[in-house]
Order: sequence, then structure tokens, then C-alpha cells
Amino acid sequence: MCAGNKNGLLVPHSTTDQELQHLRNSLPDQVIVQRIEEKLSALGNCIACNDHVALTHPDLDRETEDLIADILGVEVFRQTVAGNILVGSYCTFSNKGGLVHPHTSIEDLDELSTLLQVPLVAGTVNRGSEVIAAGMTVNDWTAFCGLDTTATELSVIESVFKLREAQPNMIVDEMRKSLIDSYV
Amino acid sequence: MQMSDLAASGMFLPSQTVGSVLCCICGVSMPPNPANMCVRCLRSRVDITEGLPRHASLVYCPECRSYLQPPRTWIRADLESKELLTFCLRRLKPLTRHVRIVNAEFVWTEPHSKRIKLRLRVQREALNGAILEQSHLIEFTQHDNLCESCSRFQANPDQWVAAVQLRQHVSHRRTFFHLEQLILRHGAAARTLRIKEADRGVDFFFGNRSHAIKFVDFISGSVPVQSRSDKQLVSHDPKSNTYNYKHTFSVEICPICREDLICLPPKVANTLGNLGPLVLCTKVSNSIALLDPFTLRSAYLDAKQYWGSPFKALLSSRQLVEYIILDVEMESSEISVGGSKYALAYAQVARVSDFGKNDNIFTVRTHLGHLLNPGGYALGYDLYGANINDFEVDKYKGLDLPHAILVKKSYEEKRQKRRGKGRSWKLKSLNMEIDNTNGKMDEEKRANDYEEFLRDIEENPELRFNMSLYHNNDYQPSEIASTVGGDELPSVPLDELIAELAISDEEESNCGSMAE
Repeated sequence: MCAGNKNGLLVPHSTTDQELQHLRNSLPDQVIVQRIEEKLSALGNCIACNDHVALTHPDLDRETEDLIADILGVEVFRQTVAGNILVGSYCTFSNKGGLVHPHTSIEDLDELSTLLQVPLVAGTVNRGSEVIAAGMTVNDWTAFCGLDTTATELSVIESVFKLREAQPNMIVDEMRKSLIDSYV
Repeated sequence: MQMSDLAASGMFLPSQTVGSVLCCICGVSMPPNPANMCVRCLRSRVDITEGLPRHASLVYCPECRSYLQPPRTWIRADLESKELLTFCLRRLKPLTRHVRIVNAEFVWTEPHSKRIKLRLRVQREALNGAILEQSHLIEFTQHDNLCESCSRFQANPDQWVAAVQLRQHVSHRRTFFHLEQLILRHGAAARTLRIKEADRGVDFFFGNRSHAIKFVDFISGSVPVQSRSDKQLVSHDPKSNTYNYKHTFSVEICPICREDLICLPPKVANTLGNLGPLVLCTKVSNSIALLDPFTLRSAYLDAKQYWGSPFKALLSSRQLVEYIILDVEMESSEISVGGSKYALAYAQVARVSDFGKNDNIFTVRTHLGHLLNPGGYALGYDLYGANINDFEVDKYKGLDLPHAILVKKSYEEKRQKRRGKGRSWKLKSLNMEIDNTNGKMDEEKRANDYEEFLRDIEENPELRFNMSLYHNNDYQPSEIASTVGGDELPSVPLDELIAELAISDEEESNCGSMAE
């Protein structure tokens, strides 16, 4: 229903004023909470973003796109993921990495990776479910997955989002050993 | 829009290489599929052959080697044959409704083990749309049980269910010899249990009413018949309301045979366009062909027309008398009537019994002008000397009976020369039970009839059309060159004969057809 990053949070037009106020009170002051008038109101399904880049549903309004660029402070790209227009549900990414729909072809993966400037991998979550963002949520140091997620899926998620080393003190070490990348 | 539609519309599509994901259970790298699990994990989670039966049973009759399809049909099938495969799959159909059978084959089992194993490959949708294919083994147990007809047969081998009684009320058996050859040629008596000869006819016994009906249909197509059927109750099961009957078909063949002289009743003559009351019967198939020898007009009577107003023959071929031809005067040129050639002529003839003894010479009108030569012999009906006692003749007032009617050419002299030398061909016969109660006289008559029949076949190629003649391996052709000049004894040309295969009956039925 909503999409946001460190700069702001976008909520659909159906949010009540009370809810809006509550959100503004709960979040830190730098985070701008904005209600947008958009026909496609399930913003979580339509927008996938991190702190620098956002992927949106190809049919999103121009004004919405400008709003996203303005409030979230990101570069907006209209894209599809493995032929699905609901980019927000079929892929999810953080500033470290991203996971996309398993049927994404290699060319698409490369293209998306170039756009987003993060490493991407095609995989599944919740025991083979293709709807990635509906099964997990992730930020730079933590990820939460559904109960059915198998060990293989967990290891893929950990490796692509770089969560294993993402303890606060490890980030500093990471910058030192920059040459060796680990993969499954 | 689907990718395939885009491609079909001619748009440029960049190449799409399918990437690989890790199987969510075991972690092995694999191309993505709807379930996103590798095949092994999928198969271990989902068993698509879950609801399928592993054992089934079949009922088998060892006598006639057929399998029971409930409730009552028995299907003949050999081990590991196509019919058996279809039969087994049909028995499994209600149980395999939820899977799709891609392939089915037999696994070899010992023939005496009473087990039939079938390996099926089934396809079914599992989880989120992934289609799995798996192989599944089913074992059929064969239970032995005699089918109804075999058990009835075992209990009483003479038990017949349907009988066909063929009768013809004439004093000779030529029609039955002819029919025997037809039946042999077309295999119409394949299903008979027994064949019994009776006075003036033959009885055929069948195990099934439909076989009898098929046989009766075959006979009706070969000769004009009138038939009726009756049934007799044998047993009655009041609980299931079933009745067992014995069916009898009484088939009467019309008494008119080839070469019979007939005096048509006035009504029939009128319906046929005032055909001269004296006619000769030229051919009997499923209709009777009649020829008026003085006007060369012919007519056909089929079974219904005949039995509507039946009539008997005036004189039959047993009463043919030999004539010697003294002179022939052609009246008209040779014409073709119904496939045979005739020519009107006046002939001066004398009976062979009179020839030399007295001067009885008859001038008769005949239809055989193209065959007769002075000095030749012919067979005909002696109306001058015959004592005619027929109702029909009396009905015609002022009918002028000719002295004689010539019917066919005689080869008697030539036959005398060749007597005892045998023929180059022979015929097969049905295995009938002969009714021997009437003694020697009948046997002699029967042998004469058969000899006449064989001569008939030799002389008429159109009769041979529906028969199979076999090469007689015992015949040695004589070294003396055949006759000088004039007519030769008609014989069957060699290319019409079939070489007989010297193998037993059982092997014959397995091989199917006889080699030519």
C-alpha cells in the first residue's frame, strides 16, 4: 500500500487524515509522508525503491512519477520484471542487493542490474513462491521472510543482500576487504 | 501482451536466455519452473500416482481364450496383443480419470503365471501448474471362469441354440451340391456346430441365434427362399426373468431348378407379359431366370414374386432324353439374352432310341441353333411321348404342345470314350452327417446326381464363378492326343484351378487364407 525510503513515504489517496497524522508522528522528521492521488493505489505493488533508484509500474501517471522523484529523491525507471508489470511485488531491493522473480531472463537481469547499480539474483521465497516482495521485506542490515522459506532460499537472500556481514561493526571491515566477493 | 504474440506481429524481440535459480528445497541449480523445485524434490513431495490402482483382476475363459467385460460380453484377445491392451485400459478408465495416460505397454510375464503386468506413463499437474510425468506398474490377476457358451457346450456338446432346416421338395440333390460349394467358398458355415443331411434337405445347427440369422441371409441371397422361424422354450429363470430358447428356421428353397421345363400358370404368364406358357428355367440365383425357347424372351422372378404364386416344374432334367440331330435350319442370327447367346432355328431330330428302328422324325423349333450341327447329339424333353398330368396345362385351352424341346448339347459319346479317366480338378465338401437309413438305392441315386453336377460344372463356366476348384494331384492326363475335328469335350481350363495346400485345418485357420 505504501512505498518509501530514507527520504520519504508515499501513501495512497485512501489514507485517512488520522492515519496520516499518526504516521507523521511515528516517523522521524526528515521522512516526508505524502499522500498521492493515483489511480493505481496499491503503491507497494507498483513501486520498488531503495535510497537511490526506484522501479515503477509502466502505467503510472506522470505527476506521480515526478512526485516520487521529488519526495523520495530517487531516479525513477518504468520497467517490467520478467514480463510482470507489478514491479513492486515481483522484485525487492535494498542498497546492497536485490532479489527478482525467478523467471527473469539473463539479459533482463543484466539490464536491471545496470539500472539499479546493485547485484541482482533471480530466486524464490516461501518455498518456491514467485511473489518476492509479498514474502519478505528487507533493508540494509535485516530481512524478514515468511515462515515457509527454505534454508536454500534463506542463504540466497543472505548472500545477495549481504546480510551475513551486515553487523554494524562489520560494515567498517567490509570496506577494507573489498576485493573478494563471496557467492553461494 | 504475450511474448509470442509480439514475436508473431513481427516486432523485434531481444533474445531471452533463461537464467537459472536454485531449487528451494535442495539448492541445486536448475532452470525456473512453476513450482521452483527441482524434479527430484517435486517427485519426492508429490506422488502423482497416488490414486491409481496397483492391482486389478480380470476374468478369463480358458476354452475360448476370451476376457469378460462385465456384465456379459466376452472379448477374444491373445496375450500381449493390441486388443488386450485396449481392454485393460478400458477397465482402468474410471480409476484413472484424474491423470493423463501418455504411454502403456506390457511387461513380460510367464504365460502360465496368470498375471498380466502393464506399465503406464502418466502425467498430472502438481502444485502450481508444474506437470509431472511418472511411470506406474499395474498387475492384473487372471481368474479362470468358463464363459456361458463354453460351459453350456461342455455340459452338453450337442446342445444347439438355433437350427436352420433347408428343404427343397424335388427328387434330386443338385441344388444342395451347388449350395455346398457356395458355402465353402464364402465360409458361411464357419460357425455351425453340426451339419446333418436329411431327406430332401440339410440341417445346420448353430450355437447362437445371430449366427443362424446370418446364415439364413446368406442362403436367401443365393437362392430364392421362403423362410419362417419358431422358437421353443428350454428353460426359464423366474428370478432374473431370463428365458432360454431353441430357435428353428425353416427355409424352403423354390423347387424350380436349372433346365426345368415349366408350364406357367395363366396369372403368372400374364404378369410377365404373356410369356408363352412353356418356358425353360435357365438360371437360379436369388431370382429365377425364365426363357421362352420359341420367342427368346426372358423374364426374372424374384423370391417374393415366386412365392406369391408358386408353381411346379412340368419336367425336370432327370427326364431329359437324347436326340440325334439330322438337320438344322437357322431362322435368325445369334443374339445375346441376359448374358448367354441363343439363336432360333428349326431342327429335324429323332430320338436316339428311335434312330434306326423306326422313322419317327420331329421337326422342332429350338433356341440352340448356334450349337447344333447335323450328326450331333442333344438332350431335350420328349413332350410327344410324355404323359402330362399338370393342372396348369389343362387351364390353357387349345395349347399346342411341341413334340420336343431341346435343352442342351450332349457330350455323351465323348464321355464314353473318356470314362474312368478322372478329372483334372476336384471339389471339397462340407463334413455332413449322412443319413444312411434309406439304403443302397439312395446311395446310387446320390452318386449319379453328383456326377451330373460335376458335368454341369464342366460345361458351364458361369456356374464355376462362385466355386473354388482345386487341382487334382492324382490325375494323370492321357497321352493320346484329343479328338480330331469338331467339338471337344468341355473341360475346366488349368488357370481356373487353385493349388491345394496340404496342411492341416488348424494351421489353415491360423494362416488365414489359402495360397493360390
